[in-house]
Amino acid sequence: MMQWETVIGLEVHVQLATQSKIFSGASTAFGADPNTQACAVDLGMPGVLPVLNENAVAMAVKFGLAIDAEIPETSLFERKNYFYPDLPKGYQTSQMAQPIVGTGNVEITLDDGTTRTIRVHHAHLEEDAGKSLHEDYHGMTGIDLNRAGTPLLEIVSEPDMRSAKEAVAYIKALHAIVTYLGISDGNMAEGSMRCDVNVSVRPKGQAAFGTRAEIKNVNSFRFVEKAIAFEVERQIELIEDGGEVIQETRLFDPERDETRGMRTKEEANDYRYFPCPDLLPVTLDSAYVDHQRALMPELPSEKRQRFENQLGLSAYDAGVLASSRAMAEYFEAVKEACGNAKQAANWVQGELSANLNRENLEIGDSPVTAEQLGGLIQRVMDDTISGKAAKQVFQALWDGEADSADAIIDARGLKQVTDTGAIEGMIDQVIADSPVQVAQYREADEAKRGKMIGYFVGQVMKASRGTANPQQVNSLLKQKLDQA
Amino acid sequence: MAIEHADVLRAAHLARVGLSDDEATGYVDDLSRILEMVDQLQAVDTQGITPLAHPLDATQRLRPDEVTEHSQRERFQACAPATEDGLYLVPRVVE
Repeated sequence: MMQWETVIGLEVHVQLATQSKIFSGASTAFGADPNTQACAVDLGMPGVLPVLNENAVAMAVKFGLAIDAEIPETSLFERKNYFYPDLPKGYQTSQMAQPIVGTGNVEITLDDGTTRTIRVHHAHLEEDAGKSLHEDYHGMTGIDLNRAGTPLLEIVSEPDMRSAKEAVAYIKALHAIVTYLGISDGNMAEGSMRCDVNVSVRPKGQAAFGTRAEIKNVNSFRFVEKAIAFEVERQIELIEDGGEVIQETRLFDPERDETRGMRTKEEANDYRYFPCPDLLPVTLDSAYVDHQRALMPELPSEKRQRFENQLGLSAYDAGVLASSRAMAEYFEAVKEACGNAKQAANWVQGELSANLNRENLEIGDSPVTAEQLGGLIQRVMDDTISGKAAKQVFQALWDGEADSADAIIDARGLKQVTDTGAIEGMIDQVIADSPVQVAQYREADEAKRGKMIGYFVGQVMKASRGTANPQQVNSLLKQKLDQA
Repeated sequence: MAIEHADVLRAAHLARVGLSDDEATGYVDDLSRILEMVDQLQAVDTQGITPLAHPLDATQRLRPDEVTEHSQRERFQACAPATEDGLYLVPRVVE
Protein backbone atom coordinates (compact mmCIF):
# COMPACT_ATOMS: atom_id res chain seq x y z
CA MET A 1 0.00 0.00 0.00
CA MET A 2 1.52 3.29 -1.15
CA GLN A 3 1.76 6.09 1.42
CA TRP A 4 0.74 9.45 0.01
CA GLU A 5 1.60 12.94 1.11
CA THR A 6 -0.63 15.93 0.43
CA VAL A 7 0.93 19.23 -0.63
CA ILE A 8 -1.17 22.38 -0.35
CA GLY A 9 -0.54 25.99 -1.27
CA LEU A 10 -3.12 28.74 -0.83
CA GLU A 11 -3.91 32.00 -2.55
CA VAL A 12 -6.09 33.98 -0.20
CA HIS A 13 -7.87 37.09 -1.45
CA VAL A 14 -8.67 39.55 1.29
CA GLN A 15 -11.02 42.45 0.58
CA LEU A 16 -9.52 45.49 2.23
CA ALA A 17 -11.85 47.56 4.42
CA THR A 18 -11.32 50.86 2.64
CA GLN A 19 -14.18 53.34 2.23
CA SER A 20 -13.51 53.85 -1.46
CA LYS A 21 -12.14 51.69 -4.26
CA ILE A 22 -8.50 51.03 -4.96
CA PHE A 23 -8.31 53.35 -7.99
CA SER A 24 -11.49 55.43 -7.76
CA GLY A 25 -13.64 57.41 -5.33
CA ALA A 26 -16.65 55.07 -5.59
CA SER A 27 -17.94 53.48 -2.39
CA THR A 28 -17.10 49.90 -1.44
CA ALA A 29 -20.09 49.42 0.89
CA PHE A 30 -21.62 45.94 0.67
CA GLY A 31 -25.20 45.34 -0.42
CA ALA A 32 -25.94 48.49 -2.45
CA ASP A 33 -28.30 48.48 -5.45
CA PRO A 34 -26.62 46.99 -8.54
CA ASN A 35 -24.24 49.31 -10.37
CA THR A 36 -24.86 52.32 -8.12
CA GLN A 37 -21.26 52.14 -6.89
CA ALA A 38 -19.54 51.62 -10.22
CA CYS A 39 -18.12 54.92 -11.45
CA ALA A 40 -16.50 55.81 -14.78
CA VAL A 41 -13.07 54.59 -13.62
CA ASP A 42 -14.46 51.24 -12.45
CA LEU A 43 -16.31 50.84 -15.74
CA GLY A 44 -13.17 51.54 -17.75
CA MET A 45 -14.73 54.44 -19.64
CA PRO A 46 -12.45 56.06 -22.22
CA GLY A 47 -10.15 58.74 -20.88
CA VAL A 48 -10.33 57.87 -17.20
CA LEU A 49 -7.21 57.48 -15.08
CA PRO A 50 -6.78 55.41 -11.94
CA VAL A 51 -5.36 57.04 -8.80
CA LEU A 52 -4.16 54.73 -6.06
CA ASN A 53 -5.92 54.76 -2.67
CA GLU A 54 -3.41 55.60 0.10
CA ASN A 55 -5.31 53.50 2.63
CA ALA A 56 -5.08 50.36 0.49
CA VAL A 57 -1.31 50.85 0.43
CA ALA A 58 -1.16 51.43 4.19
CA MET A 59 -3.23 48.30 4.86
CA ALA A 60 -1.04 46.13 2.63
CA VAL A 61 2.09 47.44 4.36
CA LYS A 62 0.64 46.72 7.80
CA PHE A 63 -0.12 43.17 6.74
CA GLY A 64 3.43 42.79 5.48
CA LEU A 65 4.83 44.02 8.77
CA ALA A 66 2.55 41.66 10.70
CA ILE A 67 4.01 38.64 8.91
CA ASP A 68 7.56 39.94 9.21
CA ALA A 69 7.84 40.44 5.48
CA GLU A 70 10.17 42.62 3.55
CA ILE A 71 8.48 45.78 2.20
CA PRO A 72 10.27 46.64 -1.05
CA GLU A 73 10.95 50.30 -1.67
CA THR A 74 9.43 50.12 -5.13
CA SER A 75 6.42 48.19 -6.29
CA LEU A 76 4.68 48.16 -9.66
CA PHE A 77 1.21 47.70 -11.02
CA GLU A 78 0.68 45.49 -14.01
CA ARG A 79 -2.20 44.55 -16.25
CA LYS A 80 -3.42 40.97 -16.26
CA ASN A 81 -5.31 40.62 -19.50
CA TYR A 82 -8.36 38.44 -19.98
CA PHE A 83 -11.90 38.84 -21.19
CA TYR A 84 -14.89 38.27 -19.00
CA PRO A 85 -18.06 40.36 -18.77
CA ASP A 86 -17.55 41.25 -15.10
CA LEU A 87 -14.15 42.75 -15.92
CA PRO A 88 -15.09 45.87 -17.88
CA LYS A 89 -11.56 47.03 -18.77
CA GLY A 90 -10.49 43.73 -20.30
CA TYR A 91 -7.67 43.55 -17.76
CA GLN A 92 -7.33 43.37 -14.04
CA THR A 93 -4.89 45.87 -12.55
CA SER A 94 -2.67 43.71 -10.38
CA GLN A 95 0.95 43.21 -9.40
CA MET A 96 3.33 40.47 -10.39
CA ALA A 97 7.03 41.25 -10.86
CA GLN A 98 7.34 43.65 -7.94
CA PRO A 99 4.54 43.19 -5.41
CA ILE A 100 4.06 45.48 -2.42
CA VAL A 101 4.81 42.75 0.18
CA GLY A 102 7.75 40.36 -0.13
CA THR A 103 8.37 37.00 1.53
CA GLY A 104 7.09 36.54 5.08
CA ASN A 105 6.02 33.96 7.65
CA VAL A 106 2.74 33.01 9.27
CA GLU A 107 2.75 30.89 12.39
CA ILE A 108 -0.12 28.43 12.62
CA THR A 109 -1.39 26.53 15.67
CA LEU A 110 -3.04 23.15 15.22
CA ASP A 111 -5.76 21.72 17.44
CA ASP A 112 -3.24 19.66 19.42
CA GLY A 113 -1.34 22.84 20.26
CA THR A 114 1.64 22.23 17.98
CA THR A 115 2.83 25.17 15.91
CA ARG A 116 4.32 25.40 12.42
CA THR A 117 5.54 28.20 10.24
CA ILE A 118 4.04 28.61 6.78
CA ARG A 119 6.04 30.75 4.39
CA VAL A 120 4.30 33.46 2.41
CA HIS A 121 5.78 33.86 -1.07
CA HIS A 122 4.47 37.42 -1.44
CA ALA A 123 1.29 39.50 -1.16
CA HIS A 124 0.10 41.90 -3.81
CA LEU A 125 -2.56 44.54 -4.33
CA GLU A 126 -5.14 44.18 -7.05
CA GLU A 127 -8.69 45.12 -7.90
CA ASP A 128 -11.70 42.86 -7.53
CA ALA A 129 -13.99 42.09 -10.49
CA GLY A 130 -17.76 42.57 -10.63
CA LYS A 131 -20.32 39.85 -10.17
CA SER A 132 -22.10 37.79 -12.80
CA LEU A 133 -25.64 36.77 -11.97
CA HIS A 134 -26.51 33.61 -13.80
CA GLU A 135 -30.21 33.63 -13.04
CA ASP A 136 -32.15 33.76 -16.22
CA TYR A 137 -32.57 37.23 -17.70
CA HIS A 138 -34.24 36.13 -20.94
CA GLY A 139 -31.32 33.86 -21.70
CA MET A 140 -28.80 36.57 -20.76
CA THR A 141 -26.45 37.06 -17.80
CA GLY A 142 -26.80 40.02 -15.45
CA ILE A 143 -23.69 42.00 -14.47
CA ASP A 144 -23.32 44.02 -11.28
CA LEU A 145 -20.11 46.05 -11.24
CA ASN A 146 -20.38 47.44 -7.69
CA ARG A 147 -17.58 45.15 -6.57
CA ALA A 148 -15.34 46.02 -9.53
CA GLY A 149 -12.36 47.97 -8.25
CA THR A 150 -12.69 46.94 -4.59
CA PRO A 151 -9.15 46.58 -3.25
CA LEU A 152 -7.90 43.05 -2.70
CA LEU A 153 -4.75 41.86 -1.04
CA GLU A 154 -3.82 38.51 -2.52
CA ILE A 155 -1.66 36.52 -0.14
CA VAL A 156 0.22 33.71 -1.85
CA SER A 157 1.68 30.98 0.33
CA GLU A 158 4.48 28.57 -0.46
CA PRO A 159 3.30 24.95 -0.87
CA ASP A 160 4.10 24.37 2.80
CA MET A 161 0.92 22.76 4.10
CA ARG A 162 0.61 19.00 4.36
CA SER A 163 -3.02 18.49 5.41
CA ALA A 164 -6.44 20.07 5.18
CA LYS A 165 -6.20 20.85 8.90
CA GLU A 166 -3.00 22.83 8.35
CA ALA A 167 -4.64 24.72 5.50
CA VAL A 168 -7.58 25.63 7.72
CA ALA A 169 -5.25 26.66 10.56
CA TYR A 170 -3.36 28.87 8.10
CA ILE A 171 -6.52 30.61 6.88
CA LYS A 172 -7.64 31.09 10.47
CA ALA A 173 -4.27 32.64 11.30
CA LEU A 174 -4.59 35.02 8.33
CA HIS A 175 -8.16 35.80 9.35
CA ALA A 176 -6.99 36.70 12.85
CA ILE A 177 -4.18 38.90 11.52
CA VAL A 178 -6.33 40.89 9.08
CA THR A 179 -9.17 41.39 11.56
CA TYR A 180 -6.77 42.38 14.36
CA LEU A 181 -5.15 44.88 12.02
CA GLY A 182 -8.62 46.11 11.05
CA ILE A 183 -7.70 45.91 7.37
CA SER A 184 -10.62 43.59 6.53
CA ASP A 185 -13.88 42.58 8.14
CA GLY A 186 -12.89 38.97 7.33
CA ASN A 187 -16.50 38.11 6.56
CA MET A 188 -16.21 34.94 4.49
CA ALA A 189 -19.96 34.68 3.85
CA GLU A 190 -19.92 38.07 2.12
CA GLY A 191 -16.79 37.18 0.18
CA SER A 192 -14.38 39.38 2.13
CA MET A 193 -11.98 36.43 2.26
CA ARG A 194 -11.85 34.01 -0.65
CA CYS A 195 -9.49 31.22 -1.21
CA ASP A 196 -7.96 29.37 -4.16
CA VAL A 197 -6.44 26.07 -3.08
CA ASN A 198 -3.59 24.36 -4.94
CA VAL A 199 -3.52 20.67 -4.13
CA SER A 200 -1.24 17.87 -5.24
CA VAL A 201 -0.22 14.48 -3.89
CA ARG A 202 3.09 12.64 -4.02
CA PRO A 203 4.39 9.34 -2.70
CA LYS A 204 5.75 9.87 0.80
CA GLY A 205 9.46 10.54 0.68
CA GLN A 206 9.47 11.82 -2.90
CA ALA A 207 11.04 15.27 -3.22
CA ALA A 208 9.41 16.40 -6.47
CA PHE A 209 5.90 17.78 -6.31
CA GLY A 210 3.02 16.04 -8.08
CA THR A 211 0.91 17.83 -10.67
CA ARG A 212 -1.45 20.21 -8.92
CA ALA A 213 -5.05 21.15 -9.42
CA GLU A 214 -6.28 24.59 -8.43
CA ILE A 215 -9.65 24.75 -6.67
CA LYS A 216 -11.24 28.15 -7.09
CA ASN A 217 -13.31 30.28 -4.78
CA VAL A 218 -13.60 28.22 -1.66
CA ASN A 219 -15.34 30.54 0.75
CA SER A 220 -15.56 29.05 4.22
CA PHE A 221 -13.22 27.31 6.65
CA ARG A 222 -15.35 24.19 6.41
CA PHE A 223 -15.39 24.17 2.61
CA VAL A 224 -11.60 24.45 2.52
CA GLU A 225 -11.36 21.27 4.54
CA LYS A 226 -13.99 19.45 2.49
CA ALA A 227 -12.68 20.56 -0.90
CA ILE A 228 -9.16 19.41 -0.02
CA ALA A 229 -10.37 16.09 1.38
CA PHE A 230 -12.33 15.38 -1.79
CA GLU A 231 -9.54 16.49 -4.11
CA VAL A 232 -6.85 14.45 -2.35
CA GLU A 233 -8.94 11.32 -2.56
CA ARG A 234 -9.74 11.97 -6.23
CA GLN A 235 -6.08 12.41 -7.15
CA ILE A 236 -4.90 9.34 -5.23
CA GLU A 237 -7.58 7.17 -6.78
CA LEU A 238 -6.77 8.51 -10.22
CA ILE A 239 -3.07 7.71 -9.87
CA GLU A 240 -3.62 4.31 -8.27
CA ASP A 241 -5.90 3.40 -11.16
CA GLY A 242 -3.06 4.16 -13.55
CA GLY A 243 -4.27 7.64 -14.51
CA GLU A 244 -2.53 10.99 -14.37
CA VAL A 245 -3.49 14.26 -12.66
CA ILE A 246 -3.72 17.11 -15.16
CA GLN A 247 -2.99 20.70 -14.25
CA GLU A 248 -6.38 22.34 -14.28
CA THR A 249 -8.74 24.68 -12.52
CA ARG A 250 -11.56 23.03 -10.60
CA LEU A 251 -14.61 24.40 -8.85
CA PHE A 252 -15.79 23.22 -5.46
CA ASP A 253 -19.50 22.47 -5.31
CA PRO A 254 -20.54 22.67 -1.64
CA GLU A 255 -23.95 21.11 -2.33
CA ARG A 256 -22.49 17.94 -3.76
CA ASP A 257 -19.28 18.07 -1.76
CA GLU A 258 -17.06 17.58 -4.79
CA THR A 259 -14.74 19.44 -7.13
CA ARG A 260 -15.30 19.59 -10.88
CA GLY A 261 -12.96 20.44 -13.73
CA MET A 262 -13.50 23.92 -15.22
CA ARG A 263 -11.06 24.45 -18.05
CA THR A 264 -7.50 23.46 -18.83
CA LYS A 265 -5.00 25.88 -17.46
CA GLU A 266 -2.87 26.24 -20.62
CA GLU A 267 -5.65 27.91 -22.52
CA ALA A 268 -6.78 30.22 -19.74
CA ASN A 269 -3.40 31.17 -18.39
CA ASP A 270 -1.96 33.47 -21.05
CA TYR A 271 -2.57 36.69 -19.18
CA ARG A 272 0.13 38.71 -21.01
CA TYR A 273 1.09 40.79 -18.00
CA PHE A 274 2.73 44.12 -18.74
CA PRO A 275 3.39 47.23 -16.63
CA CYS A 276 0.31 49.44 -16.40
CA PRO A 277 1.14 52.69 -18.18
CA ASP A 278 -1.57 54.53 -16.21
CA LEU A 279 0.09 53.96 -12.86
CA LEU A 280 3.54 55.08 -11.82
CA PRO A 281 5.84 53.01 -9.63
CA VAL A 282 4.88 53.19 -5.94
CA THR A 283 7.78 54.07 -3.68
CA LEU A 284 7.66 53.62 0.07
CA ASP A 285 10.61 54.91 2.06
CA SER A 286 11.65 53.55 5.43
CA ALA A 287 10.10 56.52 7.25
CA TYR A 288 6.72 55.60 5.76
CA VAL A 289 7.11 51.96 6.72
CA ASP A 290 8.17 52.90 10.26
CA HIS A 291 5.16 55.19 10.54
CA GLN A 292 2.82 52.33 9.58
CA ARG A 293 4.58 50.07 12.06
CA ALA A 294 3.94 52.57 14.83
CA LEU A 295 0.22 52.56 14.01
CA MET A 296 -0.13 48.79 14.33
CA PRO A 297 -2.26 47.36 17.14
CA GLU A 298 -1.25 44.39 19.28
CA LEU A 299 -1.26 41.25 17.12
CA PRO A 300 -2.75 37.84 17.98
CA SER A 301 0.61 36.26 18.86
CA GLU A 302 1.58 39.20 21.08
CA LYS A 303 -1.80 39.13 22.78
CA ARG A 304 -1.54 35.39 23.38
CA GLN A 305 1.82 35.85 25.05
CA ARG A 306 0.57 38.70 27.21
CA PHE A 307 -2.47 36.66 28.32
CA GLU A 308 -0.15 33.84 29.28
CA ASN A 309 2.68 35.76 30.89
CA GLN A 310 0.93 38.73 32.48
CA LEU A 311 -2.53 37.36 33.22
CA GLY A 312 -1.39 33.86 34.13
CA LEU A 313 -3.76 32.07 31.77
CA SER A 314 -2.95 28.61 30.44
CA ALA A 315 -1.50 28.39 26.93
CA TYR A 316 -4.76 26.85 25.75
CA ASP A 317 -6.98 29.55 27.26
CA ALA A 318 -4.71 32.30 25.98
CA GLY A 319 -4.81 30.79 22.49
CA VAL A 320 -8.60 30.53 22.39
CA LEU A 321 -9.18 34.02 23.79
CA ALA A 322 -6.66 35.66 21.46
CA SER A 323 -7.93 33.80 18.40
CA SER A 324 -10.11 36.68 17.28
CA ARG A 325 -10.01 40.36 17.97
CA ALA A 326 -13.68 40.45 18.98
CA MET A 327 -13.19 37.60 21.46
CA ALA A 328 -10.04 39.16 22.93
CA GLU A 329 -11.67 42.55 23.33
CA TYR A 330 -14.74 41.04 25.00
CA PHE A 331 -12.57 39.01 27.36
CA GLU A 332 -10.46 42.03 28.30
CA ALA A 333 -13.58 44.10 28.98
CA VAL A 334 -14.95 41.35 31.26
CA LYS A 335 -11.62 41.17 33.03
CA GLU A 336 -11.64 44.95 33.56
CA ALA A 337 -15.19 44.82 34.93
CA CYS A 338 -14.61 41.96 37.40
CA GLY A 339 -10.91 42.34 38.12
CA ASN A 340 -10.11 38.63 37.76
CA ALA A 341 -8.60 37.27 34.54
CA LYS A 342 -9.09 33.58 35.34
CA GLN A 343 -12.75 33.97 36.26
CA ALA A 344 -13.30 36.10 33.15
CA ALA A 345 -11.60 33.45 31.00
CA ASN A 346 -13.71 30.66 32.50
CA TRP A 347 -17.00 32.45 31.95
CA VAL A 348 -16.20 33.62 28.42
CA GLN A 349 -15.07 30.15 27.34
CA GLY A 350 -17.70 28.30 29.35
CA GLU A 351 -21.21 29.64 29.79
CA LEU A 352 -20.93 32.43 27.22
CA SER A 353 -19.37 30.35 24.43
CA ALA A 354 -21.82 27.52 25.02
CA ASN A 355 -24.76 29.91 24.63
CA LEU A 356 -23.24 31.58 21.56
CA ASN A 357 -22.63 28.21 19.91
CA ARG A 358 -26.09 26.97 20.69
CA GLU A 359 -27.70 30.00 19.06
CA ASN A 360 -25.06 30.26 16.35
CA LEU A 361 -24.08 33.81 17.29
CA GLU A 362 -20.79 35.66 16.98
CA ILE A 363 -19.38 37.14 20.15
CA GLY A 364 -20.10 40.61 18.79
CA ASP A 365 -23.81 39.71 18.81
CA SER A 366 -23.84 38.48 22.42
CA PRO A 367 -26.97 39.68 24.24
CA VAL A 368 -24.90 39.75 27.45
CA THR A 369 -22.44 42.62 27.43
CA ALA A 370 -18.94 42.32 28.85
CA GLU A 371 -19.87 44.77 31.62
CA GLN A 372 -22.91 42.71 32.61
CA LEU A 373 -20.87 39.52 32.69
CA GLY A 374 -18.15 41.26 34.70
CA GLY A 375 -20.79 42.44 37.20
CA LEU A 376 -22.12 38.91 37.55
CA ILE A 377 -18.64 37.47 38.17
CA GLN A 378 -18.07 40.04 40.91
CA ARG A 379 -21.13 38.76 42.75
CA VAL A 380 -19.80 35.21 42.58
CA MET A 381 -16.40 36.30 43.82
CA ASP A 382 -17.75 38.24 46.79
CA ASP A 383 -20.01 35.28 47.72
CA THR A 384 -23.23 37.22 47.18
CA ILE A 385 -24.54 34.33 45.08
CA SER A 386 -23.64 30.67 44.67
CA GLY A 387 -22.13 29.27 41.48
CA LYS A 388 -25.43 27.59 40.75
CA ALA A 389 -27.43 30.79 41.16
CA ALA A 390 -24.89 32.53 38.93
CA LYS A 391 -25.86 30.31 36.03
CA GLN A 392 -29.48 31.29 36.55
CA VAL A 393 -28.54 34.95 36.60
CA PHE A 394 -26.49 34.52 33.43
CA GLN A 395 -29.45 32.94 31.66
CA ALA A 396 -31.69 35.79 32.81
CA LEU A 397 -29.20 38.34 31.50
CA TRP A 398 -29.04 36.40 28.23
CA ASP A 399 -32.83 36.50 27.99
CA GLY A 400 -32.78 40.23 28.63
CA GLU A 401 -34.77 40.11 31.89
CA ALA A 402 -32.90 43.00 33.41
CA ASP A 403 -29.82 44.98 32.52
CA SER A 404 -27.59 44.03 35.42
CA ALA A 405 -26.79 40.97 37.48
CA ASP A 406 -27.61 42.89 40.68
CA ALA A 407 -31.13 43.69 39.46
CA ILE A 408 -31.77 40.00 38.73
CA ILE A 409 -30.30 38.86 42.05
CA ASP A 410 -32.62 41.27 43.89
CA ALA A 411 -35.70 40.48 41.83
CA ARG A 412 -35.27 36.74 42.24
CA GLY A 413 -34.06 36.81 45.83
CA LEU A 414 -30.93 34.86 44.96
CA LYS A 415 -28.72 36.49 47.53
CA GLN A 416 -26.79 33.71 49.19
CA VAL A 417 -27.58 33.12 52.85
CA THR A 418 -24.30 32.98 54.75
CA ASP A 419 -25.82 33.72 58.14
CA THR A 420 -25.02 30.57 60.15
CA GLY A 421 -28.07 30.92 62.37
CA ALA A 422 -30.47 31.01 59.44
CA ILE A 423 -28.85 27.98 57.82
CA GLU A 424 -28.86 26.07 61.10
CA GLY A 425 -32.57 26.71 61.40
CA MET A 426 -33.20 25.18 58.00
CA ILE A 427 -30.97 22.22 58.81
CA ASP A 428 -32.77 21.50 62.06
CA GLN A 429 -36.06 21.54 60.20
CA VAL A 430 -34.79 19.12 57.52
CA ILE A 431 -33.42 16.75 60.19
CA ALA A 432 -36.69 16.84 62.07
CA ASP A 433 -38.63 16.11 58.83
CA SER A 434 -36.45 13.15 57.78
CA PRO A 435 -36.28 10.72 60.74
CA VAL A 436 -35.87 7.62 58.53
CA GLN A 437 -32.98 9.05 56.53
CA VAL A 438 -31.33 10.36 59.69
CA ALA A 439 -31.48 6.92 61.30
CA GLN A 440 -30.01 5.28 58.15
CA TYR A 441 -27.24 7.84 58.04
CA ARG A 442 -26.26 7.32 61.63
CA GLU A 443 -26.07 3.53 61.13
CA ALA A 444 -23.90 3.84 58.03
CA ASP A 445 -20.10 3.80 57.99
CA GLU A 446 -17.99 6.82 57.03
CA ALA A 447 -17.71 5.91 53.34
CA LYS A 448 -21.46 5.54 52.87
CA ARG A 449 -22.19 8.66 54.89
CA GLY A 450 -20.21 10.68 52.39
CA LYS A 451 -22.73 9.74 49.72
CA MET A 452 -25.81 9.92 51.89
CA ILE A 453 -25.19 13.47 53.02
CA GLY A 454 -26.03 14.61 49.52
CA TYR A 455 -29.70 14.01 50.23
CA PHE A 456 -29.69 16.37 53.21
CA VAL A 457 -27.70 19.05 51.36
CA GLY A 458 -30.27 18.88 48.57
CA GLN A 459 -33.17 19.28 51.02
CA VAL A 460 -31.58 22.28 52.73
CA MET A 461 -30.72 23.93 49.39
CA LYS A 462 -34.30 23.36 48.31
CA ALA A 463 -35.61 24.89 51.53
CA SER A 464 -33.37 27.91 50.96
CA ARG A 465 -34.45 28.10 47.29
CA GLY A 466 -30.81 27.74 46.34
CA THR A 467 -29.63 30.73 48.34
CA ALA A 468 -27.73 28.91 51.08
CA ASN A 469 -23.99 28.64 50.66
CA PRO A 470 -23.50 24.95 49.79
CA GLN A 471 -20.08 24.61 51.47
CA GLN A 472 -21.51 26.04 54.66
CA VAL A 473 -24.56 23.79 54.50
CA ASN A 474 -22.34 20.79 54.02
CA SER A 475 -20.08 21.41 57.01
CA LEU A 476 -22.93 22.41 59.37
CA LEU A 477 -24.95 19.33 58.34
CA LYS A 478 -22.01 17.07 58.98
CA GLN A 479 -21.54 18.51 62.45
CA LYS A 480 -25.18 18.07 63.36
CA LEU A 481 -25.69 14.58 61.90
CA ASP A 482 -22.45 13.22 63.30
CA GLN A 483 -23.20 14.67 66.78
CA ALA A 484 -25.76 12.23 68.08
CA MET B 1 12.79 35.38 -34.00
CA ALA B 2 10.40 34.13 -36.62
CA ILE B 3 6.68 34.21 -36.13
CA GLU B 4 4.25 31.80 -37.71
CA HIS B 5 0.75 31.98 -39.02
CA ALA B 6 -0.62 30.10 -36.01
CA ASP B 7 1.09 32.55 -33.60
CA VAL B 8 -0.70 35.46 -35.25
CA LEU B 9 -4.06 33.72 -35.00
CA ARG B 10 -3.44 32.89 -31.37
CA ALA B 11 -2.44 36.47 -30.51
CA ALA B 12 -5.51 37.72 -32.36
CA HIS B 13 -7.72 35.34 -30.45
CA LEU B 14 -6.27 36.41 -27.10
CA ALA B 15 -6.93 40.05 -27.98
CA ARG B 16 -10.36 39.15 -29.40
CA VAL B 17 -9.38 40.65 -32.78
CA GLY B 18 -11.13 39.04 -35.73
CA LEU B 19 -8.62 38.27 -38.51
CA SER B 20 -9.18 36.45 -41.76
CA ASP B 21 -6.55 33.94 -42.90
CA ASP B 22 -5.31 36.40 -45.54
CA GLU B 23 -4.99 39.23 -43.05
CA ALA B 24 -3.10 36.94 -40.71
CA THR B 25 -0.62 36.12 -43.49
CA GLY B 26 0.08 39.84 -43.88
CA TYR B 27 0.68 40.20 -40.16
CA VAL B 28 3.16 37.32 -40.13
CA ASP B 29 5.44 39.57 -42.17
CA ASP B 30 4.81 42.80 -40.30
CA LEU B 31 5.16 41.29 -36.86
CA SER B 32 8.26 39.33 -37.85
CA ARG B 33 9.96 42.58 -38.88
CA ILE B 34 9.04 44.17 -35.55
CA LEU B 35 10.48 41.17 -33.73
CA GLU B 36 13.68 41.43 -35.79
CA MET B 37 14.05 44.95 -34.50
CA VAL B 38 13.54 43.63 -30.98
CA ASP B 39 16.26 41.06 -31.64
CA GLN B 40 18.62 43.91 -32.55
CA LEU B 41 17.79 45.61 -29.25
CA GLN B 42 18.45 42.34 -27.45
CA ALA B 43 22.07 42.53 -28.59
CA VAL B 44 22.69 45.50 -26.26
CA ASP B 45 24.30 44.53 -22.97
CA THR B 46 21.80 45.45 -20.24
CA GLN B 47 23.58 43.74 -17.37
CA GLY B 48 23.08 45.67 -14.15
CA ILE B 49 20.43 48.00 -15.58
CA THR B 50 17.11 48.17 -13.77
CA PRO B 51 14.21 47.60 -16.15
CA LEU B 52 12.27 50.78 -16.81
CA ALA B 53 8.73 50.40 -15.52
CA HIS B 54 7.56 53.81 -16.65
CA PRO B 55 9.05 56.46 -18.94
CA LEU B 56 8.28 59.28 -16.50
CA ASP B 57 10.76 59.85 -13.73
CA ALA B 58 8.05 60.22 -11.12
CA THR B 59 6.33 58.12 -8.51
CA GLN B 60 2.67 57.35 -7.95
CA ARG B 61 0.62 60.01 -6.21
CA LEU B 62 -1.78 58.59 -3.64
CA ARG B 63 -5.40 59.55 -3.15
CA PRO B 64 -7.08 59.98 0.24
CA ASP B 65 -9.54 57.17 1.00
CA GLU B 66 -12.74 59.15 0.52
CA VAL B 67 -15.94 58.48 -1.37
CA THR B 68 -16.14 61.20 -4.01
CA GLU B 69 -18.15 59.45 -6.73
CA HIS B 70 -21.89 58.97 -6.53
CA SER B 71 -24.26 56.91 -8.59
CA GLN B 72 -24.64 57.91 -12.21
CA ARG B 73 -26.12 54.58 -13.16
CA GLU B 74 -28.79 55.97 -15.48
CA ARG B 75 -26.22 57.95 -17.47
CA PHE B 76 -23.82 55.03 -17.76
CA GLN B 77 -26.53 52.57 -18.67
CA ALA B 78 -27.97 54.86 -21.34
CA CYS B 79 -25.31 53.57 -23.74
CA ALA B 80 -25.59 49.90 -22.74
CA PRO B 81 -27.35 47.62 -25.24
CA ALA B 82 -29.42 45.87 -22.56
CA THR B 83 -30.12 46.44 -18.86
CA GLU B 84 -32.65 45.16 -16.34
CA ASP B 85 -33.14 45.69 -12.59
CA GLY B 86 -30.07 47.93 -12.65
CA LEU B 87 -27.92 45.15 -14.13
CA TYR B 88 -26.05 45.20 -17.41
CA LEU B 89 -27.20 42.26 -19.51
CA VAL B 90 -24.69 40.34 -21.59
CA PRO B 91 -24.89 37.20 -23.71
CA ARG B 92 -25.12 34.22 -21.40
CA VAL B 93 -21.82 33.29 -19.80
CA VAL B 94 -21.47 29.54 -19.54
CA GLU B 95 -19.17 28.36 -16.76
